[in-house]
Amino acid sequence: MKKILKSSAIAITSVAVATMAWSAHAVDLNVVSWGGAYTASQINAYHKPYTKKTGVKINSIDYSGGLAEMRAQTEAGNVTWDLVDVVLSDAITGCDEGMFRPINIDKEMAAAPDGTPASKDFLDGTLQSECFVPLIIYSTVFAYRADAWSGKKPTSIKDVFDTKNFPGKRTLQKSPVNNLEWALLADGVPLAKVYDVLDTDEGKDRAFAKLATIKKDVIWWTVGAVPPQLLADGEAVFGTGYNGRWFSAIAEEKQPFAMLWDGQVLDIDGFAVPAKGKNVDEVMKFLKFSTDTQRLADQAKYISYGPARKSSGPMVSKHATLGIDMGPHMPTKYADQGFLTNFKWWADNSDEMKERFAAWLLQ
Amino acid sequence: MTDQTAGNGVVLAADGTPLKASLNRALRKNRMRALLLVAPLMLFVLFSFLIPIFDMTFRSVDNWHVGTLMPKTTVALADWDGKDLPEEPVFAALVADLRAGAKSRQIGKVGTRLNYEKSGMRGLITGSARKSKKLKDGPYKAKVLKLHKKWGQLETWTVIKRNTTPYTIGYYLNAVDMKYDKNGEIVMQPENRRIYGKLFMRTFAISLAITIICVILAYPIAFLLATLPLRYSNLLMIFVLLPFWTSLLVRTTAWIAMLQSQGVLNDLFVFFGMVDDDNRLQLIHNLTGTIIAMTHILLPFMVLPLYSVMKTIPPTYMRAALSLGANPVVAFVRVYMPQTLSGIGAGSVLVFILSIGYYITPALVGGTDGTLISNQIAYHMQSSLNWGLAGALGALLLASVLALYLLYNRIVGIDNMRLG
Repeated sequence: MKKILKSSAIAITSVAVATMAWSAHAVDLNVVSWGGAYTASQINAYHKPYTKKTGVKINSIDYSGGLAEMRAQTEAGNVTWDLVDVVLSDAITGCDEGMFRPINIDKEMAAAPDGTPASKDFLDGTLQSECFVPLIIYSTVFAYRADAWSGKKPTSIKDVFDTKNFPGKRTLQKSPVNNLEWALLADGVPLAKVYDVLDTDEGKDRAFAKLATIKKDVIWWTVGAVPPQLLADGEAVFGTGYNGRWFSAIAEEKQPFAMLWDGQVLDIDGFAVPAKGKNVDEVMKFLKFSTDTQRLADQAKYISYGPARKSSGPMVSKHATLGIDMGPHMPTKYADQGFLTNFKWWADNSDEMKERFAAWLLQ
Repeated sequence: MTDQTAGNGVVLAADGTPLKASLNRALRKNRMRALLLVAPLMLFVLFSFLIPIFDMTFRSVDNWHVGTLMPKTTVALADWDGKDLPEEPVFAALVADLRAGAKSRQIGKVGTRLNYEKSGMRGLITGSARKSKKLKDGPYKAKVLKLHKKWGQLETWTVIKRNTTPYTIGYYLNAVDMKYDKNGEIVMQPENRRIYGKLFMRTFAISLAITIICVILAYPIAFLLATLPLRYSNLLMIFVLLPFWTSLLVRTTAWIAMLQSQGVLNDLFVFFGMVDDDNRLQLIHNLTGTIIAMTHILLPFMVLPLYSVMKTIPPTYMRAALSLGANPVVAFVRVYMPQTLSGIGAGSVLVFILSIGYYITPALVGGTDGTLISNQIAYHMQSSLNWGLAGALGALLLASVLALYLLYNRIVGIDNMRLG
C-alpha cells in the first residue's frame, strides 16, 4: 500500500511539474465560437494567420450561444475561456453583470488603413456595448421554396402572412424576438414605427393577434440548422433563418430556395473578453489582430456575413472555394429593406414577452 | 473452562483486554474499511448530486442582489411606509448605490433580478446607473425624477423595497403562475402569461399516458421473452436491447425521418391511398410525436423489470390453476398477473419518473403542444439565465416526484418493487 502511495505521489508530482512547464512554455488561447461554417471562417481568417505570425496556438471551442456557461465559469471563479463570440444582446447583459471586460475601442483596437480611428470605422449602431468588438452583421431573414407556387413569387413580409395566396407551412423561430416585429410589419406598421407600437399594450396585443392568424401553419424551430432542412424536405415553404445558412443551402447545396430580403432583421455578432480570463494581455493582442480591416474582409470570403467595418466593405471579394462574388449575398447590401433589432427594448421586455409567447403557444 | 475470566466476571481476550472492547475494536476497523470502500461512491453522490440539488434549490429563494449591491438604499428604505414617494435621503442613497454599482460593474445584476418582477426595471436601473455619474451634488430627488419617469411611480419603489429581503418566494410564485400586483398583493398572473401550471399538468398527463402505453406494449413482449424457448427469446431480447443501446439522438432523429409529413410513414399512407397527398398527417412536432418517440425510447425500461419478474414465475402455477378447472383468462388474471405486479410497479415508477424529467426528445419532436416542464427549466438555465426560476421549477418537480414515490410506497409498498 505504501509503495503504491509513494509511486502515485511521484507520478502526480511529475505530471504537475510537466503541466506547469507546459503552461510556462506557451500560452494557448481558448477562443469560443458558434461552430460549423462560422468557426471555420474565423479559423481561416483569424486563427491561422495569427498563429503563423506569432506562434501562439489558438484552441477553437464550440458552444451554442447564451451566457449560461460564461456565468457559471465567472461564479465558480475559474474562467477557462479567453475570448467569446457573442451576439450583441448577450454582450450587453454580460457587460452589465460584470462578466466581460470593458474595451477602449480606439486605444486597444486597430485603426482603419487610412488612419480613421476604430470607433469611426465600425458601422454605425454596432458599438452599443463597451465590452464588445463587432465582427459581422448577420440577418435573420425569410427564404422560400422557389418551386412552391408555380411561378408566383412573394415580394414582401405581408406574403408570409398571406396563407391564401401562398399556402403551405412556415417555419419560424420559437421566440417572440423578430416574430412580433414581423407581425406588426405585415399588419401595416411602417418600419420606423415598429418598436414604438410594440411598446404599447395595444401594440403587443396587435402583434400576437396577427401572429395568431398563421399559428396553425407554423412549425417552430429552435436550432439554426433546422429551417433549411425543413425547406429542403418540403416540410415547409417559408422559413426564417440566418442568412449565412440560407447562403450555404442555396450556393453550396444548390437547393431551390430564394431569399426574401424584405423585413430582414439585422443583428451584430462580435467578440467579448471574459473579465476574469487568465490571459487577458495575450488575448487583447489577438483581438486587435483579428478585428482589423484585412481580417474582417478576409472572413467574408468564407461566409456570407457582412464585415462590421466600413473599411472592410470594399475589400470583400469572391468566395474562397466557390468563386462566387460575395457582394450580393451580404445582408448589409439590403440594409434598407430591413431594420436593426432594438436591443434596449428587448433587454427590458424579453422576460415578459417570452413568458407571454410561451403561454400563447400553449393556448 | 477455556475462557480467561477476570475476577469480576468479565470475559478477557488473549491479550488480557476485555473481550467486548476487543471485539468492538475489530468491528470498528471492519466498519471503517467498509466505509472506505463506499467512500468514492458517497463522495461522488455528494458532489454530483446532493450539492448541486441543494445549490439550485437555494437559488430558488436566494435574493441577495438588492441587499448586497444597493446597501444604502436598503437601509434607507427600511422605514419607508410605501404610501408616498420616498424622501430625499432615499434618493441620495439610491444615487450613491447606483454610482458604486456602475463603478464595480455589478449593478446589472440588480437590474436583471428586478426585471423578473417587473418589465422595464433592467433598463431603468442600468440606464440610471450610467447617468448617475453625471449627477452633480444633491438634493437628488428632483434630479433622479428627471432621469426617468418610472422613479416617480410608487410601484418601482414597492418592487425595490420588496426585494431588499435576503430571501424571496418570488420565484416560487412565478413557478405557479402567480405574482405580486401593483400594491404588493399576491395575485394570479394575467391569463395570457400563465404557463407553468399548464405545463406541469401536461407533463404529468403525458408521462402517465406513456407509462400506460408502455405497460400495454411491454407486457406481451416480456411474457414472450420469459416463456419462449431460449433460441427465440434470445433473438427477441436482442430486438429489445439493440434500440436500448443505440444513442438517444439517433433514435429521436430516426423518428423524425419516419413520421414527418414527407416521411416514410406518410409516404406509405399516400401510396396505399389511405390519406390524400395534400392532407398528409401531422405526426411529428406535436404531442403525437412526443408520445410515440418517448414510448419507444422508454419501452426497454418497462420490458426488462417485467421480464425479470416473469422469469421467476414457475409455469407450474398456471398449469395447476388450469388443471383445477379455471379457464385460461381467469387463471391468467387471478394467478399469473398478481405475481407480475411487482414488475409492473417497478417498470411504471421507472418509466414515469424518467418521462417526467425528459428533455431532449420533446425538445426535438415536441413542437408546441408536445414540450414538457423540463424544456422550460432548460430554457431558463440556458437562455433566459433565470436560474432562480429554474431552481424553483426543479424543486417543485422534485417535490412532486417524491410525493408520488411516497404514494406508491403507501399503496404498493416499495419493498415489492423489483428492478430485475
